[in-house]
Amino acid sequence: MIVNSAGRELPEKIGNYIVRPYQGAYATPAPETPVITKRTMGHRVPGDTKLLPDLKAAIQAAGLKDGMTISFHHAFREGDLLIGQVLTAIRELGIQGLRFAPSAVVNIKNPSIADFVLDGTIDRIEASGIRGELGDAALAGKVKNPVILRTHGARPRAIEAGELSIDVTFIAASAADDYGNCTGLVGPNACGSLGYAFVDAHNAGCVVVVTDTLVDYPCCPASISQQYVDYVVKVDQIGDPEKIGKGAARLTKNPRDLMIAERTADLIAASRRFKDEFSFQTGAGAIAIATTKYLADRMREKGVKASFALGGIPAAIIDMYDEGLVRVVECSQSFDAVAARAIFDRPGVVEIDNADYANAYSKGGFLNREDFGVLGALEVDTDFNVNILTGSSGEMMGGLGGGPDVAGGAAISIVTIPIIRGRTPSIVKRVFTLCTPGETVAAVVTEAGIALNPKHKNYAELKEDLEKTSLKLVTIEALQQLCEKLTGVPKPIETTDRVACIVEYRDGTVIDVIREIKR
Amino acid sequence: MANELMRTSLYAGGTSPVKMIQAGFYNEDCLVYDLEDSVSAGEKDAARFLVYNAVKYQRPAGKYILIRVNGIYSQELDEDLEAAVRAQPDAIRIPKVEYAEEVKRIDEKVTAIEQKAGLPVGGVKFWCNIESYLGVLSAQQIATASPRVVAMALGAEDFTASMSAQRTKPGWEIFYARNAILMACRAAGISAQDAVFSDINDPEGLKKDLEMTRALGFDGKTCVHPRQIDAVNGCFTPSPKEIRNAQRVLEALEEAARNHTGVCVLDGGMVDKPMELRARTTLAKAAAAGIKVGGVK
Repeated sequence: MIVNSAGRELPEKIGNYIVRPYQGAYATPAPETPVITKRTMGHRVPGDTKLLPDLKAAIQAAGLKDGMTISFHHAFREGDLLIGQVLTAIRELGIQGLRFAPSAVVNIKNPSIADFVLDGTIDRIEASGIRGELGDAALAGKVKNPVILRTHGARPRAIEAGELSIDVTFIAASAADDYGNCTGLVGPNACGSLGYAFVDAHNAGCVVVVTDTLVDYPCCPASISQQYVDYVVKVDQIGDPEKIGKGAARLTKNPRDLMIAERTADLIAASRRFKDEFSFQTGAGAIAIATTKYLADRMREKGVKASFALGGIPAAIIDMYDEGLVRVVECSQSFDAVAARAIFDRPGVVEIDNADYANAYSKGGFLNREDFGVLGALEVDTDFNVNILTGSSGEMMGGLGGGPDVAGGAAISIVTIPIIRGRTPSIVKRVFTLCTPGETVAAVVTEAGIALNPKHKNYAELKEDLEKTSLKLVTIEALQQLCEKLTGVPKPIETTDRVACIVEYRDGTVIDVIREIKR
Repeated sequence: MANELMRTSLYAGGTSPVKMIQAGFYNEDCLVYDLEDSVSAGEKDAARFLVYNAVKYQRPAGKYILIRVNGIYSQELDEDLEAAVRAQPDAIRIPKVEYAEEVKRIDEKVTAIEQKAGLPVGGVKFWCNIESYLGVLSAQQIATASPRVVAMALGAEDFTASMSAQRTKPGWEIFYARNAILMACRAAGISAQDAVFSDINDPEGLKKDLEMTRALGFDGKTCVHPRQIDAVNGCFTPSPKEIRNAQRVLEALEEAARNHTGVCVLDGGMVDKPMELRARTTLAKAAAAGIKVGGVK
C-alpha cells in the first residue's frame, strides 16, 4: 500500500495498472516527450469514396479486432443513439474484449452499456464517470478490469501521453458530407459543439464519422475536417438533442438552490476580480443556471462586462452574450438547442476543442486564464476535498466532468452545495471518494454560509474582499458540525479490497480509488 | 437567543423534516412550525412529535421560534399545547382567535402545563391570528387578554371569506381590518403582523403590497414562501436618514447619561422611552439587513 499526498491509501499495482500516487495539484511536471498519436498518414486519390453502407461495413473497414479501444464523444449526453447502435453491430460481428473509452459518462438505456460488459463485448472502461446499471455492475465486481475515471482535461492528456490509445473513434455528427467534413451545428439533430471529439479525431487510428444528415459536399460549416476522417456512414438517427440538457437549463424555483446561487453571485461580485474583462464558468444544473442569472444581474447593476465564458454552455450564457455582457463564449459543449445554434449564427460564440478548455498538459488553455469557476459537488470534507462521483451509499452517481480541471485552473473556484440532501449530510469529515483536491477549492457556498479555504492560494484576497460585505462567513468545520447535528453520523460504507474504479487526477496520478461495496 | 426582530415569519409544515430543517437557513426572523393547516388530519400526531423534537433538539440559532397549534375548538388543541409548551418555543401562534376569553382559556392551560413541567410561568408568549370579522371587532380586547400576547397577525384569506368579500391584490377589502389590528396592537404595545401576499409568482404584486404594509406601519409580515423573505425584509429596512436619526437619539441619551442629566433633549424635544425603543429597533433592523451601523452601543 502507498499513501498519496491527499492521504488516500492506494495499492501499488492494480492488475497491470501501475499506480503513480497523487503528489499535489501542481506537483507533477509534463514529460518532455513528443505527443503520442495513433493517427496515420493517409492517401486518397481523386475518385475514392469514404461512404460505407452501414456501421458493420465501417467497423470491418476500420479493422476493429478483439481487445482494441473504441471511443465516442458525449455531446448528446443522455440523448445519445449512436453508441448503442455501434456496440450492437460490434457484438453481431463477434468482436470481444474491447476497451470502451467515451469522453464522459454515458448513461444510455435500451441497450444499456452494462449488457455489453456482461456479454464480454467490453472488458475495460475508461470514462469520466459511470452510473446507472453500468455503475452498479462495476461496483458489484462485474466489470473484469477496474474502470479508469478521468476528468475532461485528463483525457486528452492521457491520449497524447499514449496511455489511452484509441484504435477506432465513432463521431456522431448532425451533418456530414460523404468525404468526412462534419459538424454538430446544423441538421435536424444538431448537438452544437463537437469539442470533445477533436482529440479523438486527431489521434485515433481510424476515424468513422456517423451522421443522420448527409449533406452535399462540402459540408459547411465543418467542425472536423475531411483530412482526419477515414469513413462516413449514414444511419437513421444519431441522437435526440431534446435530451441533452434534460431540464438542466430550466431556472429552478427551489428556494434553497436560489439562495445558494444568489450567494455565489454575491461572492463573485464582491471579489476584486469582478471588473471589466473578467472571465467565468458556471456550467449547467439547477444552482449553476440560477447563478448565471444572478451574476448577469450583478454585472448589469455594476456595469461590468466579461471577456469570456467557458465550458459547457446553456442558453442563459447566450442571453448574456446577446446583451453584450460577455464578449466571447468559448463553448466546449452546448447544453441546449439555443446554445447549439448560437455557434452557427453568433460570431463571438465559438466551438472549442475540449483540450483547449481543460487539458493542463498542453502549452496553455483557457482555464489558466479563468477568474471564477463554479462547481457542483456531492460531498465536501473539512479539508475542502470534493466528491463528485459517489453517493451516500457508495453508489456511482456522477462523473468527474471538468470539475477538478476548473478548480485547478480558475483563480477563484467555488463549490456550490446544499449542506443536506434529503437526510444525507453533504459536508463531512472525509469524502468517500476524493475527486477534486481541497487545495484547489477556494470557497464552498451553502445555504448555511460560505466557507473559505485557508489553504487556497487566493484565500487572503478573497477573505479581505468578503469581509467588507454582509455575506455570512463560516468555517468548514462549523458546517460539518451543523450537518452532523442535523443528520447524525451515517454508518460508514463497507468495502472489499478489490478496486472497482481508479480515479485519476488531471496529471495522470491516482488521487483515489473506489473499492467494491461489501454486500 | 431569540431574534428581537419580527419582520418576517415563515411557516414550515410539521410533517416535512426536510422543509423544517431547510426553513432554518432562510433569512426570516421568525420561523413557525405548523401543526394546523399544512398538516392533514391523519398526520397530526406525527407532526406534533416531529415539531416537538425539531424545536427542542434542532432549534435553529438566531431565530424567533413559534409553533402554530390547531384551532381553539379542535380536539387536537390540548395535545398540541402539551407538546408545544414543553418544546419551549418563543411563542405559540394561535389561529382564528375571535374573543379575549379564548386567549385567557389558553393562557390557563399553558400555565398549567408550565407548572406541571417545572417551566417558568409566562415564558411562552402568544401570537394571535385574527382571521374573521369577529376577531377584528375584538382585536383590542384580544391584544390585552393576556400578558403573553406579544403580537397579532391578520389572516386575510379567512377574513375575506368570513366577510363574503373578494380577495384582491390591491387589498382594499382588508384595509379596515389591517388598520383595526394595527391600532389594537399599538394600543397594547405589541407587534403588528400583516397578512400574507399569496401569489408567490408575482414579485411586482408583492412589492406593491409591501408599500401598503410599510405605509400603514406594520412591524412584520408573514411570508407564504421563502422566495418572499428578502423582499419583505427589505421593506422593513430603514433608510439612511432613519438610521442617522436613530443614532442621534441614542447619542443624545448617552450624552445625558454621562452628564447625569435627568432629562434628555434632542432638537428641542424630550427623548422619551418610546423614542429610545424606536431608535433601537431601527438600528436592529438596519443591522439585520446587513447595514453596518457603528458608534452606538
